[in-house]
Amino acid sequence: MARKRSVDRRDFLKGAAVTGAAALVPDAVASAAQAPAAPAAQGPRASAAGPIREADPVVEVNGETTDRAGGDFMVDVLKSLNFEYVASNPGSSFRGIHESIITYGGNQMPEFLTCCHEESSVAMAHGYFKVEGKPMAVLAHGTVGLQHAAMAIYNAYCDRVPVYLLGGNSLDATQRRPGVEWAHSVQDAAVMIRDFLKWDDQPVSLPHFAESAVRAYKIAMTPPMMPVLIMIDHGLQEDGIPPEVAPKLRVPKLTLAAPPVGDSGAVTEAARLLVNAQNPVIVADRLARTPAGIQRLIELAEALQAPVIDQRGRMNMPSRHPLNHSESGGQLIANADVILGLELTDFWGTVNAFRDALHRSSRSRIRQGTRLISINSVDLFSKSNFQDFQRYPEVDIAMAADAEATLPALTEAVKRLTTDDRRRAFQERGARMAEAHARARQASRTEAGHAWDASPISTARMAAELWAVIRNEDWSLVSESGNSSGWSFRLWDFEKHYQHLGDSGGAGVGYGAPAAVGGALANKKHGRLSVNIQGDGDMLYAPGVLWTAAHHQIPLLTVMHNNRAYHQEVMHIQRMANWRQRGIDRWHIGTTITNPNVDFAKIAQGMGVYAEGPITNPNDLGPALRRALAVVKKGEPALVDVVTQPR
Amino acid sequence: MTKTLFGIAAIALMTAVMTAQEPKPAAQQAPAGNAETGKKLWVSAGCWQCHGYEGQGGAAGPRLAARNLPWAGFSAYVRRPTNQMPLYTEKILPTADLAHIYAYVQSRPAPPQNIPLLQK
Repeated sequence: MARKRSVDRRDFLKGAAVTGAAALVPDAVASAAQAPAAPAAQGPRASAAGPIREADPVVEVNGETTDRAGGDFMVDVLKSLNFEYVASNPGSSFRGIHESIITYGGNQMPEFLTCCHEESSVAMAHGYFKVEGKPMAVLAHGTVGLQHAAMAIYNAYCDRVPVYLLGGNSLDATQRRPGVEWAHSVQDAAVMIRDFLKWDDQPVSLPHFAESAVRAYKIAMTPPMMPVLIMIDHGLQEDGIPPEVAPKLRVPKLTLAAPPVGDSGAVTEAARLLVNAQNPVIVADRLARTPAGIQRLIELAEALQAPVIDQRGRMNMPSRHPLNHSESGGQLIANADVILGLELTDFWGTVNAFRDALHRSSRSRIRQGTRLISINSVDLFSKSNFQDFQRYPEVDIAMAADAEATLPALTEAVKRLTTDDRRRAFQERGARMAEAHARARQASRTEAGHAWDASPISTARMAAELWAVIRNEDWSLVSESGNSSGWSFRLWDFEKHYQHLGDSGGAGVGYGAPAAVGGALANKKHGRLSVNIQGDGDMLYAPGVLWTAAHHQIPLLTVMHNNRAYHQEVMHIQRMANWRQRGIDRWHIGTTITNPNVDFAKIAQGMGVYAEGPITNPNDLGPALRRALAVVKKGEPALVDVVTQPR
Repeated sequence: MTKTLFGIAAIALMTAVMTAQEPKPAAQQAPAGNAETGKKLWVSAGCWQCHGYEGQGGAAGPRLAARNLPWAGFSAYVRRPTNQMPLYTEKILPTADLAHIYAYVQSRPAPPQNIPLLQK
């Protein structure tokens, strides 16, 4: 769009003054109408002729300054959307709104977070949402920034998490500075990430920005939630608000869409199948969008006394609830006659076994005649290019609906259809499930004792030592990128929605550390202790996020699961070598992180983070964790580097 | 989710390993093996990657330590695994080496009892 550098300040004020005070007149416009006619361009400034000396008279510069820039209005819009933070690595294509945020907006609501990589910015927003339940804004260059951010955006898309992206751009070619600004300009910035955005727009006016900004928020927050992008042209940000535009500026009202609920007939039929089943199983993945999701799942499970397998896309089911049978999922699936899948990423993979051999094969894991019920909001919105939608699941009832919103109606229908006979059967089943849960829990404790004193330290020992340190705190496991065999889920008492946040979604490595910082930031104001079990390979993608945590004083206890390899890939290479019978002694090439070993404590210390390690003796771990916890309780990040077994 | 599937796969593998074991001592005597040699082979052959350095198991492979696995079932599964474990042929892991590995696995002790940290 064309820039209008020649807007006269007096004309602008005159135009703004006649707008009056509309109900939703933003601050940028209202204050412009009331602003006294202060002299423009006061104080020293550089010029082509050299710096202006203090003795020089004030220069009246017509059209070279503005009191109220378009970026100010954009900040008004962002404030109306209640953003707490905007994460960003600074960039010239959004310098206009950057300055508006920190000066006009007072650097509050949103506060500017200094990030060292756009992937970190987005992953921080990803982790933040899963604690706080509302999006964080991210500012990035429309070109180089979004390319850096792409992987993290894809993770958020796959994980059905809204991230609110703002991309800077310079559309008017005649207004671009020679050189870099051309390389940082783009016709259609969103095209490179549109396959994993839910919606995007490139507004050409401030009223257009306001409407699209509010629309984007609404779309992002409607299940299935996903990232959105608004491109902001540098002219719109930097120029003064044109007088002919000022009267039109208002922030549209935001009304979030109520989440879609399953069809009443389908809900009743699903309830009938569940009530009449002998061995119903409930499987939950990205079910609990809000804290209410946990309680609703418990109510359904208890109404049926049916076991729940938590696939842990979110914190769905308390780990010590007697109906939580996540550790014996395979056996339950095999014996089930009705399976209810709630927001499953992969229903096919839940009921089929796939063998990764030279000749790939699969087999059904369920009995013939087992009825499958799916409630999944992703059925409402699909894209075709990226294949995260998994194999096609052949189910008997498919509700394209939000599972959390549908559960109350389903539970009510289950209760309505439950006869006294069925209720007695449910109670007997519940007693069996409670006994099995207790046995599984004891078995986990016994299993955890193996390799207890080993070095490298076992993942079970690491989880147990960490649990001993945090169990009496209001803790939150903000990330678990270390593939530590699920020991925390087997040994810890997960109960609240913020105690587990799921994983990356797209399995793009580099999510763990920044998502943990974002989650910890959300926990900070609630006074919670944030804990991160951090994979070494993941940390090495963008360790600068440790600096962000130190700079913004984000309390976070990071425990390195430092197995010194990309172990998933180690196993893949081993598999290839075995198939080909070429020997099994070269698996380490390209897969290990040794020679030299990475000293994560030194990296963290260099970023201003308290750190200890590497710890190889399991008996040293508990004391190190307690020292680090003391630092975190003072409001700062800390890191303990633990040299661990592979899984 | 992925981790859950790994867990399910591991349980299935564990079941397969366990059900393969029916002790018939005379017929299932293992070739002579040395646990120390087996420990080195356990690492060089990559067994530890899924089963852990001590055979304690994890999400990617079941525990083999302190399980008193019969040789016949153990060796049969290594040669022809039925689940996610990659197969080890005689060519890449001779039976003599497998016997050393078996000796190492059999030497892994039971865990300590009543570990205070695990009672919480």
